[in-house]
Amino acid sequence: MKDDVLAPNLIEMKNLEKRFALDDGFLETVKIRKGRIVREKREVHAVNNVNLTIQKGEALCVVGESGCGKSTLARLVAGLLTPSNGEIHYEGTRIDTLSGRKMLPYRKKMQMIFQNPYASLNARMTICQALEEPVRVHNAGISGAEVRDKVAEVMRSVGVDPSWASRYPHEFSGGQRQRIAIARALTVDPEFMIADEPISALDVSIQAQVLNLMLEAKEQRGLTYLFITHDLSVVQHFGTRVAVFYLGSLCELADTATLFANPKHPYTKALLSAVPQLKDDSPQHIRLKGEIPTPINLPIGCPFQSRCAQANARCLAEQPVSMLQPDGALVACHAVEEGRE
Amino acid sequence: MSLLSVRDLVVKFAMRKQTITALNQISFELARGERLGIVGESGAGKSITGFSILNLISQPGYIASGNILFEGQDMATMSAADLRTIRGNRIAMIFQDPMVTLNPVLTIGQQMVETLQAHRNLSRADAEKIAIIKLREVYIPAPEDRLKQYPHELSGGMRQRIIIAIALLLDPQLIIADEPTTALDVTIQADIMELLLDLCQSNKVSLILITHDLGVVSQMTEKTLVMYAGKIIEAGPTREIVNDPQHPYTQGLIKALPQQTAPGERLSQIPGNMPPLSDVPDGCAFHPRCEYATDLCRSTTPEIEDLGRVKVACHEVQRLNQRATPKEDSA
Amino acid sequence: MSSFVAQAQQSRWARIKGSNLVYDFMHNPVAIVSFIIFATIVIATMFSPLIAPFDPYDPTQYDIMDSELPPSWELAGDSKFLLGTDAQGRDLWSAILYGTRVSILIGICAVALQAFLGISIGLIAGYIGGRVDSLLMRLADIQLSFSTLMVAIIFLAVTQAMFGTEAFNRYALYMLIGVIGIAEWPQYARTVRATVLAEKKKEYVDAARALGFGPLRIMLRHILPNSISPIFVISTVQVANAIISEASLSFLGLGMPVSQPSLGSLISSGFDYIFSGSWWITAIPGIVLVVLVLVINLLGDWLRDVLNPKLYKG
Repeated sequence: MKDDVLAPNLIEMKNLEKRFALDDGFLETVKIRKGRIVREKREVHAVNNVNLTIQKGEALCVVGESGCGKSTLARLVAGLLTPSNGEIHYEGTRIDTLSGRKMLPYRKKMQMIFQNPYASLNARMTICQALEEPVRVHNAGISGAEVRDKVAEVMRSVGVDPSWASRYPHEFSGGQRQRIAIARALTVDPEFMIADEPISALDVSIQAQVLNLMLEAKEQRGLTYLFITHDLSVVQHFGTRVAVFYLGSLCELADTATLFANPKHPYTKALLSAVPQLKDDSPQHIRLKGEIPTPINLPIGCPFQSRCAQANARCLAEQPVSMLQPDGALVACHAVEEGRE
Repeated sequence: MSLLSVRDLVVKFAMRKQTITALNQISFELARGERLGIVGESGAGKSITGFSILNLISQPGYIASGNILFEGQDMATMSAADLRTIRGNRIAMIFQDPMVTLNPVLTIGQQMVETLQAHRNLSRADAEKIAIIKLREVYIPAPEDRLKQYPHELSGGMRQRIIIAIALLLDPQLIIADEPTTALDVTIQADIMELLLDLCQSNKVSLILITHDLGVVSQMTEKTLVMYAGKIIEAGPTREIVNDPQHPYTQGLIKALPQQTAPGERLSQIPGNMPPLSDVPDGCAFHPRCEYATDLCRSTTPEIEDLGRVKVACHEVQRLNQRATPKEDSA
Repeated sequence: MSSFVAQAQQSRWARIKGSNLVYDFMHNPVAIVSFIIFATIVIATMFSPLIAPFDPYDPTQYDIMDSELPPSWELAGDSKFLLGTDAQGRDLWSAILYGTRVSILIGICAVALQAFLGISIGLIAGYIGGRVDSLLMRLADIQLSFSTLMVAIIFLAVTQAMFGTEAFNRYALYMLIGVIGIAEWPQYARTVRATVLAEKKKEYVDAARALGFGPLRIMLRHILPNSISPIFVISTVQVANAIISEASLSFLGLGMPVSQPSLGSLISSGFDYIFSGSWWITAIPGIVLVVLVLVINLLGDWLRDVLNPKLYKG
């Protein structure tokens, strides 16, 4: 990437992999195949061999359809899940193997915002309790007055009136709740924010409010974002770089402007053409055959082969690796590599 | 004569502490083969509009006044038996979530045959033949095999196609689609919308598309209603509304879309939230969020007025237009 | 500052008054009647030393000559003994007041013990999951496969034989609480585990983990308060069950001694005389027991209907 020299890496993911076992108990793994009893474990391959860096100060957007592993990626980086394979480094320190106590300083630096503002706040805690709790936990020995000042300051910065602090979450609308959830993440002064579909549960007019708030926080606090979304128009607006995921693998990684001006991976092209445009100048929608396969039994070769119009024998046999393109984009596609069109 | 004509429809919900007006004086016309989009945020009353056309509002809601004339018959006062001959038969409805619309314990074939036999006097074999034809129309591969499958064996996009096929089974004159693709992925959504558009055009079926997505409306429909807090605030041809919205709310909605702003810039935003239906302010319901609001807006509810190209419910729209026109020229 | 606090309290009171729980209660005659009866019984038994004309625990206050007197409205009745007397000449009205108090006390304490064990085990099993969960839940299954009465009978019979009746009678109250409490914890553990599993998937728990909170804090501060509704509902049913268990055990002679009668031992003590025509010694405490259990169950049913979000929102 052209920015590599300028911005230091905040997060580095190396060969990151996450599998979920489908069969939990021992008995579920025992199956009869061709008259013989065998032990067979089915696994969902949510994230496969992902190499990705997040640079300080950027907003890296991860886009993809449901089941492409983008939320799993966010949870892996946030430390809510442990990777099955691979490493995650935060400013050079490996964090995926750290124990609870040693992880604590990094928890303070990275915060997460969730999709559903109706579920991400504890219904039995007042706003005040919810916001004060992280301040107290992360700043041992802080006085009550300092906690209240901090909470009031953060509430004001997200546009929530501090006098509402004694109310419960159900008294707020979805947009206000998402503001409060953002405020809660900001109370510990993080430098890195992971946002998992933060606006997709909100109404159109409220989406703009929350997006603006996140942009503001980015500028004022110098935040770095990992922004997970399925909405490409938001990506175009918010992201500095975009990573396109399909079935747990990285298809294309490029600067936002480059990606939207010149998408290269066949999947990226189809995805961009599928966004309903307001004005009628949208390019003809590229129709993909079939649907996204389940990530249980991944095909050998390119994960996109079953829906790709340009797939050939090589795509069925060999998994493409990310190749650097002249304009700085990283694309994992044999067709692009060979110049097939 | 128009196919559907809704006149001054008022729907109320008798809640514990108060009666809420969910739909307030809704009027619109839909011609045969016409496609209408109803846009609004959640709680604006767009889904209730869809349900009330079929007179499917259930307790504690009720149709307080107004007419819903479908081919001249008033659905609001019709008997339950007459309503059943129209529902599913001449007006079909497609719901938001394809995962829950189909009955999980019946096969696709059973559900389709059941629908057909409820309205037509058909043998099982004939009904299955029609089902297969309809499945083929929605591009379901190997339709004969699908009839024996259960919903859980099919993907979300496939299920929504089957739901569309079921909606088409009885050759309805009108399809009401309530957020038909919200639960689906972007690439699948585009497929389904294209399919729905093709089917409506080729079969001369009218469509009412209820959605929050202005992009979808602009690609699918000819006419659009914009709803806010239980009222229609702007109505007219979709092109006009998308390209040159008149009501400050519609303008705000379109300006708030990320496509409308340069990357990294602040999005233009409408402040505040839509009021809950239990607490709609006096005057124009939008006035607390409107930058042009005057004393008149705060006290008197604006009536919907015909401005020629579109109908708008706004006191200030005339004045705004005069101000906006020269600006447009310079841009 | 004080006015601010007052305002907050007022708003909390207003919030309780405006809540669905209270609204629903005020519009449900069954719940109101049940609650009034239950409250009357509880208050009457709480003040039983003041209300009762005699002290049934004091043998000097009753006379064998007064034995088996029918209730005062019967021909042979004595106006001194409102509900008649038992075989030892004890005033039945006083005995019932004291006995109900013992029954309710055992019921509530046993349920508190069940709740403590069950909630702790359910929280741990649900939150930690994996092997710990399997182990604890299999333990619960084993416990559930013995009926409460069977466990209680074996345990109480063995202790009675080991320590003698006199020592047993002295500690009967605590032993009943302990046995009923331990025998029924799996009810709580299962309910709590199920709600914890559901709550654990919600984003607020992830949010708490992302903020770096420890498991104990997440369990107690975040998950437990959100699991309180089912605990509430199950508690009412369990109190009724515990009262019945206690009565059954006392009826079998393995519970409260006749010198400190509970409702069960009163019923039991009268049972020998039922064929000699003294029906009241068994029947009146029996009716009290049935009414008490019935109103608790009716209140529990009402609570379940109100708090069950599926029924409520549907």
